[in-house]
Amino acid sequence: MAFEYAPAPESRAIVDIAPSYGLFIDGEFAEAADGKVFKTVSPSTEEVLSEVAQAGAEDVDRAVKAARRAFEKWSALPGSERAKYLFRIARIIQERSRELAVLETLDNGKPIRETRDADLPLVAAHFFYYAGWADKLDHAGFGADPRPLGVAGQVIPWNFPLLMLAWKIAPALATGNTVVLKPAETTPLSALFFADICRQAGLPKGVVNILPGYGDAGAALVAHPDVNKVAFTGSTAVGKEIARTVAGTRKKLTLELGGKGANIVFDDAPIDQAVEGIVNGIFFNQGQVCCAGSRLLVQESIQDELLDSLKRRLSTLRLGDPLDKNTDIGAINSAEQLARITALAEQGEAEGAERWSPACALPESGYWFAPTLFTNVTQAHTIARDEIFGPVLSVLTFRTPDEAVAKANNTQYGLSAGIWTEKGSRILAVANKLRAGVVWSNTFNKFDPTSPFGGYKESGFGREGGRHGLEAYLDV
Amino acid sequence: MSDRLRVFKTYKLYVGGKFPRSESGRVYEVTDSKGNWLANAPQSSRKDARDAVVAARKAFGGWSGATAYNRGQVLYRVAEMLEGRKEQFVREVADAEGLSKSKAAAVVDATIDRWVWYAGWTDKIAQVIGGANPVAGPYFNLSSPEPTGVVAVLAPQESSFLGLVSVVAPVIATGNTAVVIASEKAPLPALSLGEVLATSDVPGGVVNVLSGRTAEIAAPLAAHQDVNAIDLAGADEELAKELEIAAADNLKRVLRPQAVDYVETPGIERMTAFLETKTVWHPTGSLGASGSSY
Repeated sequence: MAFEYAPAPESRAIVDIAPSYGLFIDGEFAEAADGKVFKTVSPSTEEVLSEVAQAGAEDVDRAVKAARRAFEKWSALPGSERAKYLFRIARIIQERSRELAVLETLDNGKPIRETRDADLPLVAAHFFYYAGWADKLDHAGFGADPRPLGVAGQVIPWNFPLLMLAWKIAPALATGNTVVLKPAETTPLSALFFADICRQAGLPKGVVNILPGYGDAGAALVAHPDVNKVAFTGSTAVGKEIARTVAGTRKKLTLELGGKGANIVFDDAPIDQAVEGIVNGIFFNQGQVCCAGSRLLVQESIQDELLDSLKRRLSTLRLGDPLDKNTDIGAINSAEQLARITALAEQGEAEGAERWSPACALPESGYWFAPTLFTNVTQAHTIARDEIFGPVLSVLTFRTPDEAVAKANNTQYGLSAGIWTEKGSRILAVANKLRAGVVWSNTFNKFDPTSPFGGYKESGFGREGGRHGLEAYLDV
Repeated sequence: MSDRLRVFKTYKLYVGGKFPRSESGRVYEVTDSKGNWLANAPQSSRKDARDAVVAARKAFGGWSGATAYNRGQVLYRVAEMLEGRKEQFVREVADAEGLSKSKAAAVVDATIDRWVWYAGWTDKIAQVIGGANPVAGPYFNLSSPEPTGVVAVLAPQESSFLGLVSVVAPVIATGNTAVVIASEKAPLPALSLGEVLATSDVPGGVVNVLSGRTAEIAAPLAAHQDVNAIDLAGADEELAKELEIAAADNLKRVLRPQAVDYVETPGIERMTAFLETKTVWHPTGSLGASGSSY
């Protein structure tokens, strides 16, 4: 007998989305210089949520000038004063977290369960954490009087719009820099709500500037001669382009790029926990996570048992209205991303991997992709090499720990990895050999503002979070 | 009776623990600061550069996997060997940089002390820049530095020995392996350093020394997909930009050229520039509901 769930929708009445928004420059909302606007839609319904000003090169210049003007006073403030502004922001985020969670779910398509329980608490935590650093920078290990860099140009992706904003803005402001931030074109709204939080916090004008727009605005920001620091989270291809752009300049650069994380399950792993970890590793945020555990490496002897459990578990996942509190899997962020995932999954089939999805009805409007699992995958398969950035898991097998390590490291990326085993010494031995910036043992996809996060190899350079995250914004 | 005729040294590259001539068979003339002939140094080719990367990659597993204590002793051993060869280096540095014997001696002393300084860092850097993070949840996590891999090092052009050691020692102290391009004009101290390294317990391939035209050798290194980082200390502005663009292709870690007074005691930046941070998480257990015994 199947139990049906009653709908449990979160009310969207708490969030008041205006029909149009401007760019946020020098403390004011303003139209784009050329008057361009674009629409942002809800990925789960394709409903137009709002119309947003679209920044161009001229707007970038205005925003950088505003940030430069604000820098003088902001960097001269005692750290204890900057700290209080950041604490205020953290508090206001907590106060408005339900509103922001609903907003983020509407604009991004991810389940309210995740925005409410993961994104928003982490956003507030990042501001709290870095607030406390602002007046203690001389204890951070970068010398007695570390100085800010100046104007930070920051470009963030659409998968965790507000969290990525927090990762970028909190350490930048704590260290005395001012920022110009470009949110992604499909998810501009929470950044614009953040502009309102800056207003409520009484943050001085020009310290934070928000420029919704497309890649051209990001490129103009990165290339602007008066930007001192570039921080980017996004695709490896764009990261490389940015690295070329800043070559030969004095701009400090940090990049958080793609990944193809290996999740390694040994034969002595606690299977039920491992299955939860695998699900969390690849289906959290519809797999649209740079550190997703998209390659499952399972020891051959337990393959059948693990896959049976995994398929059983996947059959219980609930896909649908992201605002429903029981929803596990929400919508893919955009039609473009859906097309990419679809094409890569089709390529997986064409190359001979075996595709499986649980019985799963997809809503009629919006962008949806059923949780998908591929078996019979080899290392040469495209789906085992290219980042899919969607709810698609490739299953590979191994026999010995050495083989697991070799396969896990056989990638151009080096962002994340997972290890599942009850044997402590094996965890440490394998973790030691994995070339990845974060290794989760017997857990996956855990984040914390105190913990540095970032990649090896082509997953980028620099770390965000923790004491290490300060370095990116200091002249050291 | 005539004076004894001096025996000249044929300077060779140091690659993979061996002393090959350049694969290209080319040499170029090295002169002292007054223009007098000193030696014909090997003029490395792109192939030499690629061979050096292969050697450095091969050595990486063992060197990065050695204990920090062991690496420290090996580095200290280099200082011991340098001390024993001091006179040779004083002569070479004096010739290369046009210094008086006493000034060259001071440079060599400072260089040996620099090795000793870095030898002491191998087992401390992890404690200084890594550590446990106070996670808000039932997890234990630990951030540790790890070497980034094979590092191409363009040694400074002017400071042929102190500058050279100041950019090589930090790279290998932390467990990276290095492909070093010696100062183009004054490569001899670097090539002689190879001889010291070969007799210092430093495993073959950990440091590879090439001489020749910096721009010619650096280009394939900056573009090499199996090089993880590049120190542009010895590049001029134009070359540095070109190499940085090439380095973007596999997102190498780039240390841009900067004004450095090599006499000053360095900070740790030259080490941290070529380190990754790995954060390992694990759930923490609970001792159960009884709760009495702790």
